[in-house]
Amino acid sequence: MKALVWHAPQDIRCDTVPDPEIEEGRDAIIKVTSCAICGSDLHLFHNFIPLMKPGDIVGHEMMGEVMEVGRDNHALKVGDRIVVPFTIFCGSCPQCKKQNYSACERSNRNGEFADKMLGHRGCGAFGYSALTGGYPGGQAEYLRVPFADTTHIKIPETMSDEQALFLGDILPTGWQAAVQCDIEPTDTVAVWGCGPVGQMAIRSAILLGAKQVIAIDRFPERLSMAAAAGAITINYEDEKVIPRLNDLTDGKGPEKCIDAVGMEAHSGMLAAHLYDRTKQALMLETDRPHVLREMIYACRPAGVLSIPGVYAGLSDHIPIGMLMNKGLTVRTGQTNVNRWTDDLIRMIEEGLIDPSFVITHTEPLEAGPEMYRVFQQKRDGCIKVFLKPDALSSTRH
Amino acid sequence: MTTEPVSTYRRSSMTSVDQAARGLAYVSLGLGVAELFFPGALAKALGIQNRPKLLRAYGAREIAAGIGALQPNPAPAIWARAAGDVVDLAALVFARDENGRRSATSAALFAVTAITIADVVVAFLLSKQKARTGPVRDYSHRSGFPRGIDAVRGAAAGRTPKDMRVAPEDRQPAHL
Repeated sequence: MKALVWHAPQDIRCDTVPDPEIEEGRDAIIKVTSCAICGSDLHLFHNFIPLMKPGDIVGHEMMGEVMEVGRDNHALKVGDRIVVPFTIFCGSCPQCKKQNYSACERSNRNGEFADKMLGHRGCGAFGYSALTGGYPGGQAEYLRVPFADTTHIKIPETMSDEQALFLGDILPTGWQAAVQCDIEPTDTVAVWGCGPVGQMAIRSAILLGAKQVIAIDRFPERLSMAAAAGAITINYEDEKVIPRLNDLTDGKGPEKCIDAVGMEAHSGMLAAHLYDRTKQALMLETDRPHVLREMIYACRPAGVLSIPGVYAGLSDHIPIGMLMNKGLTVRTGQTNVNRWTDDLIRMIEEGLIDPSFVITHTEPLEAGPEMYRVFQQKRDGCIKVFLKPDALSSTRH
Repeated sequence: MTTEPVSTYRRSSMTSVDQAARGLAYVSLGLGVAELFFPGALAKALGIQNRPKLLRAYGAREIAAGIGALQPNPAPAIWARAAGDVVDLAALVFARDENGRRSATSAALFAVTAITIADVVVAFLLSKQKARTGPVRDYSHRSGFPRGIDAVRGAAAGRTPKDMRVAPEDRQPAHL
């Protein structure tokens, strides 16, 4: 089969690789009908996530048709149409029973790596290095889904791939980011980063009833998409973020702040940006935490910081004193995807949200390597790349 | 006989320019290590005066450029390499050792001139490749709310689960 394979930093290729096979009784094999490139795939592309190795198949946003099921899998049958959540979970460990699926204790088959790096392991994930189990990813024609009797989302026939695919990652990630802010009708929610997760977080905050939502980025096309959902926009290359946030909140700052950027943040302050870039290049810190610093500074005392953005390890100069003295609540974590599935499917079916708005490029799988570059360099107004393994030509939306 | 259709798409995410930049990064790292750790031997081989401190400083510069050129955006580091090449050329001319081998220095001058051209070309092509050309896309019609913003604002209010609530529902000042 064809698959997008990581060879080296910034070197992803469309290779022919062996088809996946059933390995465990709970497995399923799906024929991937649609998949997408996620912003967090760029962290792999840039080699900021440890333990990637040449030959790893990438991708963790995918859906398709069940082709084969393992002998112990009684939840799925051949022909079922499913979205595969990026978090692999067993459904029966103590964490899964609390719906903390991203903390599943059994699905990370390389858990000893994670135990050493993180203290304790999180769940397995698709296409995201040996750290999360080394499971092949879904930017491919076929995918083996481990623990497939729980790790799936069945999709109503009326829902298109374009509407359904994002139930596996960016929609619940944006939703969880907003939900864990505990938004009240008087709240201002500031969202740093207007990539796909930021866009979903903005819309989730609107649905949850925020008084105003402020979107912060530097790319005009992304800000135009944020404004389309009713957000007030700040281009940090044109104006200073903190004074503008204070202007919009009577000098008090936003009650709720969402970091939808993560470890590869840019700073409008050149010196700060160069400092973090240099330390990251020299492996003296893994993350560039500019957004975290700015959120801690900007947030109203007793407010909430929600962090869906991916961080890998160590960051410098986090103003912990400011965080403590302002009494901020920090909520973060990989998304417990299936916890939110019922709510989100219902909202899509009721027409409250249509997540396909975010797709800017539809391409065949073979265009994947080129599209990684386009997405990385934000060329051609690219915000979200939707890949069709069986398509022959491209569509620009 | 059947043949597989020929793909019209690029096989790798790396262009030839990206590969050239990576090659220059490794050249920088190699040269930097030589200058940093073996300045005397290098000066002798190039037929220039032995100034270890200066050569070590150049070595540190090369290593910094090499690390920079391996980052997601290598263009600034390759431009920095090109600027460094000019400094190298000047140094080769002024540091020529009268007792040294003139042929070695001439060969070094030729090599640095060639690599300067390569650096400038690669830096230019990298900058061009990354440039955001064309009109800015306008997505201001993409609300994602089929019913419109006003119809859905607050439609999911109150959906915060208990374990994610920050404040109790009956929050009141203690003295009231």
